[in-house]
Amino acid sequence: MSGPSTYEPKSGITRWLDRRLPIIRLAHDSFVAYPTPRNLNYWWTFGAMLSFCLIVQIVTGIVLAMHYTPHVTMAFASVQRLERDVPFGWLIQNIHAVGASMFFLAVYIHMFRGLYYGSYKAPRELLWILGCVIYLLMVATGFLGYTLPWGQMSFWGATVITNLLGALPLIGESIKNWLMGGFSVDQPTINRFFSLHYLLPFVIAGVVGLHVWALHEAGQNNPVGVDVKSKADTVPFTPHATIKDLFATTLFVILFAVFVFYMPDALGHADNFIPADPLKTPPEIVPEWYLLPFYAILRAFDFNIGPIDSKLAGVLAMFAAIGVLFVLPWLDTSRVRSMRYRPIARQFFVIFAVVCFALGWCGGQNPGNILLKAGPFSATLTWVEGGQVAERPIQADGAANWQDAANAAEAQARADGASMTAVTRTGAATGILRSVTGGSAQTRTVEGETTDYLETHITEVKEEVGQAAPFYNVERRVPPAFTVTNFSQVLTLYYFLFFLVILPILGLRERPERVPDTIAKPVTGGKAQGAS
Amino acid sequence: MAEAAATSAHDGETTRRDFIYIAGAAVATVGIAATIWPFIDQMNPAADTRALSTTEVDLSAVPEGQQVKVLWQGKPVFVRHRTAVEIAAAQRDDFASLKDPQSDADRLKQEDGEAGRPEWLVLQASCTHLGCVPTFVEGSQFGGWFCPCHGSDYDTSGRIRRGPAPKNLLVAPYLFTGPTAIRIG
Repeated sequence: MSGPSTYEPKSGITRWLDRRLPIIRLAHDSFVAYPTPRNLNYWWTFGAMLSFCLIVQIVTGIVLAMHYTPHVTMAFASVQRLERDVPFGWLIQNIHAVGASMFFLAVYIHMFRGLYYGSYKAPRELLWILGCVIYLLMVATGFLGYTLPWGQMSFWGATVITNLLGALPLIGESIKNWLMGGFSVDQPTINRFFSLHYLLPFVIAGVVGLHVWALHEAGQNNPVGVDVKSKADTVPFTPHATIKDLFATTLFVILFAVFVFYMPDALGHADNFIPADPLKTPPEIVPEWYLLPFYAILRAFDFNIGPIDSKLAGVLAMFAAIGVLFVLPWLDTSRVRSMRYRPIARQFFVIFAVVCFALGWCGGQNPGNILLKAGPFSATLTWVEGGQVAERPIQADGAANWQDAANAAEAQARADGASMTAVTRTGAATGILRSVTGGSAQTRTVEGETTDYLETHITEVKEEVGQAAPFYNVERRVPPAFTVTNFSQVLTLYYFLFFLVILPILGLRERPERVPDTIAKPVTGGKAQGAS
Repeated sequence: MAEAAATSAHDGETTRRDFIYIAGAAVATVGIAATIWPFIDQMNPAADTRALSTTEVDLSAVPEGQQVKVLWQGKPVFVRHRTAVEIAAAQRDDFASLKDPQSDADRLKQEDGEAGRPEWLVLQASCTHLGCVPTFVEGSQFGGWFCPCHGSDYDTSGRIRRGPAPKNLLVAPYLFTGPTAIRIG
């Protein structure tokens, strides 16, 4: 793609260096003379921002490590000391914490860019897969790093995630203990998480090197998805791409700075300002915003699938949600790269993007929250006012026959003219049957918007009726409801359908739009202008 | 040159050199695996961590109607000294309709299968729903534990009676080591 090197050393020193270590030549070929497609838009500037983010995280992280203590009783205080006492510690800590969010913001836009313009298609499959590896490493690093401040959310987040591995059959428990270095999240865990959190960014940097290498070998994709045909279709990286990247990164840094200086904790959870306490759980455990969609997929599985229980199914689905990205180049069968020319795929893509946001929203909600319901919760109370109450013991010959004996006793009481009966079991084979004869039957129906309100109303009725009735029959009715979990299930279904069904089938069936003549045909009549 | 000639001479045949390659690769594989193993195994729970995998509790310090929360393997465990009323309620409800049916006597059993004592209940203090730590009595309609997170309600035997939790509070494995002492784990 880059063709033969055009670098010519000018001075004696650079000539001397070029013979021995052609490092300037490498930099020149990669970032100065490297030809980039002319028609790149601003979605192509996120790679530069991501490099910037990685450098920021590594530099600030190294500084933080100079002040941080990976110890269960000291970690929280050491982070607070960093924020309050260390000169500019507040700034560096905020940059690192906000930086993680900015990193993920940029990487998600970068990934959606790749999805939309088909940047994963031949010959860029490996480029895409390396990107997925980087993303996976970022998730791991982000999770490890979030544990280190040792607040409540750190501790319980780490507990929930390590427990997920315990869902694996047979080996789950051993792997979990291996990872935690004990039987719960404790000192060995924080120690190793710190070590690995320091290591992984350098692994990421290495894979980024491979990513850029693969990019420069295959060449950049572009918004029309049509391969660059001649030098006339490209411009040199410097100054064209460098200045554009610099401009976009500047805007990005402004957003970054707004968070760092004006709302450094807006993206975190308030509970993480409470020191970790293994004896007390926060009311809700949620991950950082960038992992919420996967958390929603994890919790969408509240049902067993054959031999796979709900917990394991959720774990598998969560990993599959990332795993499916790795095989995407072979799932999308369309020969057209850019969705700009795929009118139907484009609509499915927009839905997919909305689904991802909605999954993120669901991940932050209490899964049992009801979004829609057909009516209020209701209950019907029946009781008898007045009448004679009789008690008689039930004796069954053995626990196995208890139910029969109770039913027989009830039927007997009814036959004797009782209008209501109630059975209380007192032992394996003994119980008491109470029945009311005569009196007037009463019925009342109460409604409540939530089960708690309904229970309150039921209690109110009971208090109102009071001693007049010996016992009540309460029939509770739950309206059909659509909960956050149900919503997550629908969204999860679409997430996987998009990759596993829509893209493979659509690629074969869809008729792409015609590429405009301005792209398909040389407008200059074959006489291409030189690169300006 | 000699090597090239040797290869062509034995083209397609198994030579002694092939054997050396295979043997060499096999030894190298075993050697690498043996070298890597210590680096993997070091992450497993260390001897001191494993030594702390049991917790001794002195029961004489827990008056009737009270409970202590102790850490066992880093996880909270309730050791409850139940009152006669609580015991009666727990035994009576053996026959109530339970989500996860289990008798009170079963839940008191010691690690070795011996019967426990009804006044001492040893439970793992994590709600079986999402792992929160339930509180005692406050909010419970069954006189037992109540999880403030999502409203799971457990009775005086720690059995789930209402709410989203699927299972009873887990019983911690324990043994009486003396008249007023137990060992958990």
